[in-house]
Amino acid sequence: MLSKKNKEALFNPLSKDNPVLVQILGICSTLAVTASLKPAIVMGIAVIAVLAFSNVIISLIRTTIPTTIRIIVQLVVVAALVIIVQQFLVAYTYDVSKQLSVFIGLIITNCILMGRLEAFALNNRPWPAFLDGIGNGLGYTAILVIVAFFRELLGSGTLLGCHVIPQWCYDHGYENNGLMILPPMALITVACIIWVHRARNKELQELN
Amino acid sequence: MEELNLFIKSIFIDNMIFAYFLGMCSYIAVSKNVKTALGLGVAVTFMLTVTMPINYALDKYVLQEGALSWLSPSLADVDLSFLGLIMFIAVIASGTQLVEMAVEKFSPSLYASLGIFLPLIAVNCAILGGALFMQQKDFGSAATATVYGLGSGIGWLIAIVGLAAIREKIAYSNIPAPLRGVGITFIITGLMGIAFMSFLGIKL
Repeated sequence: MLSKKNKEALFNPLSKDNPVLVQILGICSTLAVTASLKPAIVMGIAVIAVLAFSNVIISLIRTTIPTTIRIIVQLVVVAALVIIVQQFLVAYTYDVSKQLSVFIGLIITNCILMGRLEAFALNNRPWPAFLDGIGNGLGYTAILVIVAFFRELLGSGTLLGCHVIPQWCYDHGYENNGLMILPPMALITVACIIWVHRARNKELQELN
Repeated sequence: MEELNLFIKSIFIDNMIFAYFLGMCSYIAVSKNVKTALGLGVAVTFMLTVTMPINYALDKYVLQEGALSWLSPSLADVDLSFLGLIMFIAVIASGTQLVEMAVEKFSPSLYASLGIFLPLIAVNCAILGGALFMQQKDFGSAATATVYGLGSGIGWLIAIVGLAAIREKIAYSNIPAPLRGVGITFIITGLMGIAFMSFLGIKL
């Protein structure tokens, strides 16, 4: 069940081959939904689900897809799964789905999906493809949660909507940094994570 | 007049890159030099402008609740809006394919210079995002939607050309090793985003 190769498919994307930090895929949504923690977690779970199941489906039909139309086939499979997730979110967590607005729909064009389908699901059996989907989804979610943690903590002084910075800090002149909520700081937060990550993994550093 | 306001607003204030982070993957990957960045920017602008009215018509006359009533009154309570995503992406993917074939036939030199960017546009979030925002903003006419598409495309073009120009210059700077490449590109984009935020207060 978990041979060495399968373990690599599952665990490599968490750090060494992280979809966001190393493969630079799926940046749009990483940046856009991370102003607070809750939508980030929901988005992460949605991406894990879509990624794992689309990987399995594409892997099951990989021998029957003609290569010339594979992109359209992949898009249709992904779009169908995203519609299911979207309807599910609207039904059960309406306010979060409002917050995420178009970004659930944009999972379709999330590069992680196309990237993994092209690079892994098309040449692997369903079980490793499933693990690869889960692994990459988790790697993506981890970055989402880290970015959202710092942005929500520093930007609004809350975590998951609960106040964590005590009132006496504000009484002594502490201020929430409103800039952290704004879009540009998401980019700079991700840049700092990349900085730390590459300082620890020297082999990932680029020459220029 | 309203269209002009929308046009300027979609270029500067609601900029696809700096306000919504759409089309970020190709934005980071294809911004190493100005020439290719310009090619991709023009292709994205073109696709946004072309697909926007098609998707608008699709949304208004097929997908929205009661949109099918022009066919027959008995269809007035049919709501197909849950099919929106799959229809939009189909329009965009087939549009990209058509544009690719047309460009290949009529202007092989342009085709050669754009190369792989043309098919990649199908999965550029800026195009699908434009369609979804169009649906959300509920424009009055197809012309308004087209103006919105053109404006968003030009905003994207300005952003990617600007970033490419900065990255060409930054090749001569001494950047800390872990930040080289992607890291510094993110920081530059963030700073450009802060600069673009100065347009925020403008009321049009």
